[in-house]
Amino acid sequence: MANVIKLSKGLDIHLQGAAEEKLIQLKSKGQFALVPDDFEGVTPKVVVKAGDKVKAGDALFVNKQYPEVKFASPVSGTVREVVRGERRKVLCIRVDADDRQEQVDYGKKDVSKMDGQAVINALLEAGIFGYINQLPYAVSTNPSVMPKAIFVSALRDKPLACDFQYEVKGQEMDFVTGLMALSKIAKTYLGLGIQPDFQAEIRKLGADKVAELTIFDGPCPAGNVGVQVNHLAPVNKGEVVWTIGDPTVVLFIGRLFNTGKVDLRRRVALCGSEVKSPAYVDMLVGEELSTLLANSYDASHSVRIINGNVLTGRPTTKDGYLGAHTSEITVIPEGDDADELLGWILPRFSQFSVNRSYFSWLQNPWFCSKKKEYVADARIKGGERHMIMSGEYDRVLPMDIYGEYLIKAIIAGDIDRQEALGIYEVSPEDFALAEFVDSSKLELQRIVREGLNILRKENA
Amino acid sequence: MKAIRNLFDKMRPSFEENGKLHAFRSVFDGFETFALVPNDTSKSGVNIHDAIDSKRIMSMVVIALMPAMLFGMYNIGYQNYLYAGTLAEASFLEIFCYGFLAVLPKILVSYIVGLGIEFAWAQWKGEEIQEGYLVSGIIIPLIVPIGCPLWMLALACAFSVIFCKEIFGGTGMNIFNPAIAARMFLFFAYPSKMTGDTVWVAQDSIFGLGNTLPDGFTAATPLGQVAQGTSPDLSVMEMAIGLIPGSIGETSVIAIAIGACLLLVTGIASWRTMCSVFVGGILMSVVFKQTGMTELCWCQQMVMGGFAFGAVFMATDPVTSCRTTTGQYIYGFIIGAMAIIIRVMNAGYPEGMMLAIFFGNMIAPTIDHFVVERNISKRLKRGGAK
Repeated sequence: MANVIKLSKGLDIHLQGAAEEKLIQLKSKGQFALVPDDFEGVTPKVVVKAGDKVKAGDALFVNKQYPEVKFASPVSGTVREVVRGERRKVLCIRVDADDRQEQVDYGKKDVSKMDGQAVINALLEAGIFGYINQLPYAVSTNPSVMPKAIFVSALRDKPLACDFQYEVKGQEMDFVTGLMALSKIAKTYLGLGIQPDFQAEIRKLGADKVAELTIFDGPCPAGNVGVQVNHLAPVNKGEVVWTIGDPTVVLFIGRLFNTGKVDLRRRVALCGSEVKSPAYVDMLVGEELSTLLANSYDASHSVRIINGNVLTGRPTTKDGYLGAHTSEITVIPEGDDADELLGWILPRFSQFSVNRSYFSWLQNPWFCSKKKEYVADARIKGGERHMIMSGEYDRVLPMDIYGEYLIKAIIAGDIDRQEALGIYEVSPEDFALAEFVDSSKLELQRIVREGLNILRKENA
Repeated sequence: MKAIRNLFDKMRPSFEENGKLHAFRSVFDGFETFALVPNDTSKSGVNIHDAIDSKRIMSMVVIALMPAMLFGMYNIGYQNYLYAGTLAEASFLEIFCYGFLAVLPKILVSYIVGLGIEFAWAQWKGEEIQEGYLVSGIIIPLIVPIGCPLWMLALACAFSVIFCKEIFGGTGMNIFNPAIAARMFLFFAYPSKMTGDTVWVAQDSIFGLGNTLPDGFTAATPLGQVAQGTSPDLSVMEMAIGLIPGSIGETSVIAIAIGACLLLVTGIASWRTMCSVFVGGILMSVVFKQTGMTELCWCQQMVMGGFAFGAVFMATDPVTSCRTTTGQYIYGFIIGAMAIIIRVMNAGYPEGMMLAIFFGNMIAPTIDHFVVERNISKRLKRGGAK
């Protein structure tokens, strides 16, 4: 029996527009772009130039500090341009795909006979090592420090999230191979949700022999890999753990060893209240979104297209590209055209709130299994204030951390106190729900990210 | 709705930089966000936000204070008619209207002075107006005697807003509860108008309503009687209903309880703080009764004076109370216990709640410090034990 960890803190936000389990067939226009910003903490050094021919699996850019960490092109084709922004920052590297796809062959390997270093070398060579993240700092990791453990979360529980159980169907062997490869590097933990059939399936394939399974029973953010690390083996100063919060990365790794090729295909949920028929689609990392989004939503009023889920995703445009870790494309109303009178006092039955001065708690009683689904827009719905209410963050942060105090320490720039309060254990996404419920409307994820960046610079 | 939006859009240019009315920008912003939910959308982090904001929270507290305020108005009228001996002839409406007219100037003065300073400060600092004073502004008139002159009240409001809130950085940064600070200011600067037995009953008729009571008229609060060494001549029930002399909003425990229910159901006040204030108070009362230091039983202590009002509306102020859940239990307990200790052991202060909350505010950061420190040392130990 796997270890079960029950979490009571957290919040499931029920939104309209969950994807149905059916696949949309998409005819790609063949335009791709890899966005270095998708790999947190990586300063890119571009290794291709416009006009170069690349195969799927060839590096497009490398991590400037650790040039051995390459980032592979998802397709074969011609590099169209390197798009740069202010101060020549690399925004993305565009590739026009060939009609006939060619992949670099890195050779099939039997993972069970490899050691940790060989696995790392194979991942580095194929340009998918950078998909693995690390704590502390919640950034794309590097091979200079070996991790104390590797944590994989196969539980996606953010609003409207892509169901990993549905994604992995038919690719279970790749998943187990990926896990086995990781387990050669360090002790690997796999966090799962409470779905018994998925657990049984994973176990049947022998995943429990290569990774320690833990079942997280609780509301969002139980699926956050940071939360899982905090409950299983919290990070102390000086330690490094590798984290894979996006389980599709394990599939990428598994496919590399099983086929010898870099295959960055992933299943994406097209979801959100504005989407006409929410469903799933298989896409490559970096694929342009315009084909997917064409006619998929009502364009007569202003919408927000999110590369990711509503809590941690980044707003994008119709002409954006699928993010490296993106498992959902969410479309919600932007809300900047809404005129709401006296919102502070009206009942606002249609809006969701955890606060019981609204009526969500009566509309969604705990004993009722069918939940009312809300339409949420992107409005902040209030002005930014100093931290007033206490305990708001703690209710949705299932970690042994005093969130308010940590945020205050970050705002104050007090590095010693940040360390003492456990900044090495958190990533911005752990504060996403706290940011959602915050009545003072502070930009917590931005604050945490900036704090982590400063600390990383100081400790470098 | 579109019309209101258009109206604001039309007015906006004159309030912007170089506009004629730029000096009132903060006031314009205040009214705009009051009327219409801001249409700003998130720029970073989460793409959706909870519908709650500090306006909603503060409004809920103000609504929770309404029963106590309305009852307070009625009671002010009731006391006047009672002591004039004309209660039997007066109608409910007459009594309420008299109380309303007696209390209204206090509320107006409190809001005009306090919000005026807040608006000016926001304008000066180029910030948005913060809603915190909406609550303080109604609590302050409710915790003073009806006999407190308006100019004193104005002075106290100005003192508390400036020296207790704004110089610390505004709502959310203050160490002491502004309402408590205002009352402390009055209590120590003008004790003759805050205690004694001449200030609790309105003594003049207003617009022909009410009665003018004779010079030299006195009426003591139950706590005043206890401090004089006599036992109160009222039953627990009478004190709970609250048709007795006392500060404007604190006499009726029942009206306060209605507000408490709203605060607890909405989760705006911490039930931990509120309950532990009562636990601390009851425990201390029992100890004093058992040791014979006072004749009052715990139920009398709970319904007398400002204990209930302080426990429900002031100890639970999230900014000045403990922020950690463990801290909230300790904080509440200390306030409850302290209030009764001051009542019983210090005859100079008939009511201990104000000082107890002030003391609680003072030590809250220390309590939190130790709670957080425990978490820190746990983390350090874990790091060392690897």
